[in-house]
Amino acid sequence: MAKIPKPEQLSKIDLEPKKHWSQFPIDIRPGMYCHGAKAKDLKVLELPNARDWSPAEEDWKLPQDWKQTVLDGIKERLEKYRSFHIFMDVCVRCGACADKCHFFLGSGDSRNMPVVRAEILRSVYRYYFTPGGKIFGKYAGARELTVDVLKEWWYYFFQCTECRRCSLFCPYGIDQAEITMIGRELMNLLGLNIGWITGPAANCYMKGNHLGLEPHTIKSSIEFFLDDIKDITGVKIEPTFNRKGAEILFVTPSGDLFADPGTYTAMGYLMLFHELDLDYTWSTYASEGGNFGFFTSMEMAKRLNSKIYAEAKRLGVKWIIGGECGHMWRVLHQYMDTFNGPADFLEQPVSPITGTKFENAKSTKMVHVIEFTADLIKNGKLKLDPSRNDNLIVTYHDSCNTARGMGFFEEPRYVIKNVCNHFHEMPEDTIREQTFCCGSGSGLNASEDMELRMRGGFPRANAVKHVHDKHGVNMLANICAIDRATLPPLMDYWVPGVRVTGTHELVANALVMKGEKERETNLRAEPLPGKGGE
Amino acid sequence: MPLLEFSGKSVEVDEDGYLINLDDWTKELGEFMSTQDGMNLTEAHWEVINFLRDYYAKYQIAPMIKILVKEIGKVMGPEKGNTKYLYELFPDGPAKQACRYAGLPKPTGCV
Repeated sequence: MAKIPKPEQLSKIDLEPKKHWSQFPIDIRPGMYCHGAKAKDLKVLELPNARDWSPAEEDWKLPQDWKQTVLDGIKERLEKYRSFHIFMDVCVRCGACADKCHFFLGSGDSRNMPVVRAEILRSVYRYYFTPGGKIFGKYAGARELTVDVLKEWWYYFFQCTECRRCSLFCPYGIDQAEITMIGRELMNLLGLNIGWITGPAANCYMKGNHLGLEPHTIKSSIEFFLDDIKDITGVKIEPTFNRKGAEILFVTPSGDLFADPGTYTAMGYLMLFHELDLDYTWSTYASEGGNFGFFTSMEMAKRLNSKIYAEAKRLGVKWIIGGECGHMWRVLHQYMDTFNGPADFLEQPVSPITGTKFENAKSTKMVHVIEFTADLIKNGKLKLDPSRNDNLIVTYHDSCNTARGMGFFEEPRYVIKNVCNHFHEMPEDTIREQTFCCGSGSGLNASEDMELRMRGGFPRANAVKHVHDKHGVNMLANICAIDRATLPPLMDYWVPGVRVTGTHELVANALVMKGEKERETNLRAEPLPGKGGE
Repeated sequence: MPLLEFSGKSVEVDEDGYLINLDDWTKELGEFMSTQDGMNLTEAHWEVINFLRDYYAKYQIAPMIKILVKEIGKVMGPEKGNTKYLYELFPDGPAKQACRYAGLPKPTGCV
């Protein structure tokens, strides 16, 4: 595995490329890309050209007619998605996006300027699909599709996390995430996905979740949390699984069930729902909120998403609560309704505790747990002791998808400020709609591309370092399972001493439960402030 | 896929050295993988590796680190039931390194 340079070396970044982007050679460098998709996973997903291949080798084992396949693929998508067609035509190269991308800021690689990332596809579009490009060729910024261009696409479409920060600054609102999504769809026509995406997607297709957890594994994992909760709080919790007739179905990313610190977030959900005596059930079938199909193609996203409504229907629930996740919500909020809806067998979500109607979820019937909890606090339904989190100086990382994609700016902050006494914001051009990506979203959170991840996460880490130095911030809160997986190594690398937490872990620490014993530790089994240790 | 040459046989492994076919595993192969990393597996290492294999047989996935920690604490004594001890045994990380010697697939962690 490629060694990552030291932070002092990696932070030396030249942001002024001295040549035109096309003059830089394509250097597919270890540490900056993920392993290729495996034959077995491509087969499971019924994707074309299933074979084992390596990006490091010269021969990518492309199908014979690869070029026509790609050109047909572009044509089909130009006809299908008007947005894509417009984005191919309207850019005036003003450069407003150029320095907004975390990958450009962390690498100085000119192809990581969003305008260029789009241009590598646009130039081919011009050559084959516009009169100007056909006639004037390179004088019109057009170029032929070659194997080298294809490799360039692959390398740079998997150096974009679809975070859409650049779109925010584009005067035309060109959505680079959509361009990357189409770029990746084209790659998939040739079997050129990455293993870190197709592996989890194949698991999800076969077993219902990315990690490939069997029903009894899910149950045993949750029972493990329940033992810990009993030890810490003295409260015995007995959640139900696959229970027909429950009012609410709860769906969360499987990462929360199996990897720290997400597991503490899952303990948070369990404790909160128990305290409310909520009539809800877990499902071992719809056991994944996230959707790595979304990083493959729209068809795959739809296929993997379908089990949520299917399970809601089978169990006869009224509505659905979803856990803390980012891209999961991009799919649920913006696509699920038309992918697999209308879910007219469900009811408009109403909180059984506060009576609040979730107008925004009228159509999808699915509510993000952070707004559910914010509403509980707003209505005074939770007894909270924020001093239990007094050892934490917290800042909040807006996850790209819940922030830019859904507008969740206030809810998480409102919750955190009610359960923690020490909270400081990062600089305003790095939060809310301008938030910087964790650097590893959209399926790039593998281990073999660690240099890429550390580079992409550099702007986010830099803003954390600012509040770490200024206010002593030691905890980075978020509402996204990918963040919980990707931010800990990012902090260890750039800002040692800052840890990462889901917001419902903070809630559960502060939550005063009926019949609980005097708590000595937090959910991580560390002494509470004032209880020894410190 | 790369091949690992071991006692006159070729065993298929992935890019990171994990077995492709879990049935290829033998105790000797686990030993061999560790010596290639300059390690010498002791009783304590095998305690971890055997637990990983048993857990995998039951659940088809490598356990969470905290399950491993708890289990090792139970078997080896509470002073050893911590991640520090496991990292001393497996400096590249108990999940990654021990799973590889145990013939399990590469742990995915959170996706």
